[in-house]
Amino acid sequence: MLTLPTTPLDGCLTVIAAWGVIGLAGLLRPHSVRFVGRVLFPLSAVCGLALAVVAARGIGAPATHAVLLIGLPDLPLHLRSDALACLFLTMLGAATTGISLFAGGYFRQGHGAAPGLLCLQYHIFLASMGCVLLADDAYAFMVAWESMALSSYFLVTTQHRLAEIRRAGFIYLLIAHLGALAILLSFGVLQGGSWQFTFDSMRAAHLSPPWATAAFLLALLGFGAKAGLVPLHVWLPEAHPAAPSPVSALMSGVMLKTAVYGVLRVSFDLLGAPPWWWGLVALGVGLGSAFYGVIFTAVQTDMKRLLAWSSIENIGIVFAGLGLAIIFHGFGMGALAALALIASLYHCLNHACMKSLLFLGTGAVLHATGERNLGKLGGLIHRMPWVAWLTLIGALAIAGLPPLNGFVSEWLLLQAFLFAGDVPRAFVDMLLPIGAAIVALCTALAGYAMVKFYGVIFLGQPREPTLAGAQDAGMLERLGLVWLAAGCVALGLFPVQVIGQLNVVTHSLLGAALADPTAHWWLLAPAVARGAAYGPLVFLLVSAVVIVLTLLAVRMFYHRRVRRAPPWDCGFARLDARMQDSAEGFGQPIRHIFQPFFLIDRELPTAFDSKPRYRMSVADRIWRFGYEPVGQAVRRMAELVTVLQQGRISTYLLYSFVTLLVLLALVL
Amino acid sequence: MSPLNLTTQALEIIAAIAAAPLFVGWVNQCRAWLQNRSAPSVLQPYRGIRKLFHKDAVLAERASPLFRIAPYMVFGAMVLAAAIIPSMGTRLPLTVAADSIALVGLLATARMFMSLAAMDVGTAFGTLGARREMMVGFLAEPALLMVIFVAALISQTTSLAAIAEHLSSQTLALYPSLAFTAVAFTLVLLAENARIPVDNPATHLELTMIHEAMLLEYSARHLALMEWAAALKLFNYVCIGVALFVPWGVATESQGPLGLLVSVPVLALKLCGAGAGLAVIETVSAKLRVFRAPELMATAFLFAVLGLLVHLLLGA
Repeated sequence: MLTLPTTPLDGCLTVIAAWGVIGLAGLLRPHSVRFVGRVLFPLSAVCGLALAVVAARGIGAPATHAVLLIGLPDLPLHLRSDALACLFLTMLGAATTGISLFAGGYFRQGHGAAPGLLCLQYHIFLASMGCVLLADDAYAFMVAWESMALSSYFLVTTQHRLAEIRRAGFIYLLIAHLGALAILLSFGVLQGGSWQFTFDSMRAAHLSPPWATAAFLLALLGFGAKAGLVPLHVWLPEAHPAAPSPVSALMSGVMLKTAVYGVLRVSFDLLGAPPWWWGLVALGVGLGSAFYGVIFTAVQTDMKRLLAWSSIENIGIVFAGLGLAIIFHGFGMGALAALALIASLYHCLNHACMKSLLFLGTGAVLHATGERNLGKLGGLIHRMPWVAWLTLIGALAIAGLPPLNGFVSEWLLLQAFLFAGDVPRAFVDMLLPIGAAIVALCTALAGYAMVKFYGVIFLGQPREPTLAGAQDAGMLERLGLVWLAAGCVALGLFPVQVIGQLNVVTHSLLGAALADPTAHWWLLAPAVARGAAYGPLVFLLVSAVVIVLTLLAVRMFYHRRVRRAPPWDCGFARLDARMQDSAEGFGQPIRHIFQPFFLIDRELPTAFDSKPRYRMSVADRIWRFGYEPVGQAVRRMAELVTVLQQGRISTYLLYSFVTLLVLLALVL
Repeated sequence: MSPLNLTTQALEIIAAIAAAPLFVGWVNQCRAWLQNRSAPSVLQPYRGIRKLFHKDAVLAERASPLFRIAPYMVFGAMVLAAAIIPSMGTRLPLTVAADSIALVGLLATARMFMSLAAMDVGTAFGTLGARREMMVGFLAEPALLMVIFVAALISQTTSLAAIAEHLSSQTLALYPSLAFTAVAFTLVLLAENARIPVDNPATHLELTMIHEAMLLEYSARHLALMEWAAALKLFNYVCIGVALFVPWGVATESQGPLGLLVSVPVLALKLCGAGAGLAVIETVSAKLRVFRAPELMATAFLFAVLGLLVHLLLGA
């Protein structure tokens, strides 16, 4: 007889252990797609759902501790589940439910590694993310963090036979370790001389302001590298396209959020009272990333790369909200801090749903067509209606359109920006509305990028003849997509209920919360926003009624005759697929307007070319001027060292001999 | 939810749907007068819409369901927007659905559906129009939000009805910040409604058009709805402008039924004035090249930000 685990912590641990077992079970029949795909991955989805339920119930429960007796001698693993951890675990569980269902239909033979092995890596990745969120000492945290990085590295390099993918994996691993190093140093500062690495002793340690600042900045650097904040974002557009789509979805939808969790944990929980100007740093970095991310999103031509850049934008917005919360908290403006933090957390939840959905949508397209390049897609709404319509929900949501979920967090964030009002520092007071302007611009640009993404892939004419044979997604894949799309819709329509839960988290972190956020179950009207209200259900209902009435009226008073004919196109009769905008063409206005931010390499044909070719690439200045010089310097250093490394045994013996002589000379 | 408020709400929606083509007709007439042409009847837009409704719809062979539902979505969005904007009275039951930020989001939704529908058939002009529309849109949307923010900061709420009520209760005073934002708003209005200098509603010249390029594949009832929605959009924008910059005369809670009776002719008067002003702007300015349009929008955005800074510096 099974007894149900009693505390949320036990429940979460059970799920994590179950994931471990499912992963190992993949090794039983590693080459059987049927076993791994039809049995193990759906099981994993069920575990995800269980985790979501258990953790969601744990948000309101008191924090529980546990000490696991595994680990180094005298250094057991401490675990703790509190409101913050439970929130992120809920997100992990809910997103995993959809992603695992999809993955069950996605992984097939011939994807590089055997399905069973992928299943193992995938579940270690899931379990380690769960452990990161539960860890309550630096040692456990770092072990989980590193296993997360390593398991995802192996997942990214699934198709390791391609040099490009190995390169992407290398960059990912490099930045992940730079980040891990910074986090480790941050924990080193946080222990404050007690040499106790449990989070409890870190909370008790009182750091002097400079040391606290050092710890915060190191944490921001370390977690920022994982989150993909500019200028540490370079791995994202490389690693996300390289990974199989469910893995991209997990990395983008969930793993990036563990970094947000880390910053929240360090700044509000371990350090206690962050001074306001840290918030300004986070806000600046966040807004910078959001803007930089979104303009690059709009000019991408590879669909997964486009989504990766969009993740940079969204993480930027999350950090902007977080920075705003720190600013308000530093000035003792509790309710506004709570509003900003809720906006930030809400955006985390939203992004987990919508970005996973979009990545899975691209995965389905990739499977059906074998193409990632936007220039070779088009018209798939006819061949793949399920994927197309579900992806449309994700695209509209990420563009921040009501009544879907992206809009809710945007609304909350803008409210927080707007009613900053009485911040004591005048210049901050001036800067904040500019921040709101940047958020507005980013959202509008995200809409541009999403029209391009959706329009080029799913609408128009197929750009390649092979697309005519594209098949819609299978049953499991559809289920996964439906789950995530439903998440987008639910988060959009029932914000009050979600905020009720988030309020518990902000209360535990800030000691301040929104007053009575659930006064009306259908109306989002936080008291700090002074009379402003947004009722997504009313919004949806009224627009639906208007649309249906219009439809009925048109049919009743007129007729419903429809005739099909070739496209009109101003009377031009020889229309073909190449006359539509390509992805490059659609991004052209953005390239034109934001030219200084891009490194554009363009090759134009001359009038005398018999086979005119137009080639254009947009590169990242930060990569060219920030990373490449470092890489070249390292290579040059290595070349200098090769002078010593002749590879002849006699030379090495000579070195030993000379060393011996020098040492003797020193000693004598 | 008193009967009076419900009446105001119903009246606003019906008036917007019914009068929007009339407003377009009025602008066209003013423009014709200014340009020394003989003017078409102000009822011409109605005739056009009626004619289109009676025709058989011709759809491109490749058109997907998205293409067919988009006109209804766009029209529905515009009607909802009309319901939220306090053009006659400020106590509207439906204002709980959306505040001014959600209103901007609603307009963005309509724009996005229109652009997606334009890309659906996959013609050169459709995608060109969609791209240009989004280009204008992504610059105009933040500018519009900034304009609304200034008004929101002055009246300390983002609810459009509350903003209008607050501003109309003030004595006639010049807010320097609102002066800046009024300029910004005018530019946004021109750009978002495909008017000169950004677009020309009167031509089908391939290389200059934005809005018309997106509608090329539409016919009959779909086109009629799109045209009607465009008229509603213009009407809505003018009403937003009225609510933000000249809200005096709008019926507030305290005034009772009399306020509503007064507000209808006042609104009509304001619309006549705005339409004439629009015609003047369109007559005296020339169409810009498409690539100058972002500069115009950037100007609008900067004006709005300037208005915001002025508000923060002067507190007015």
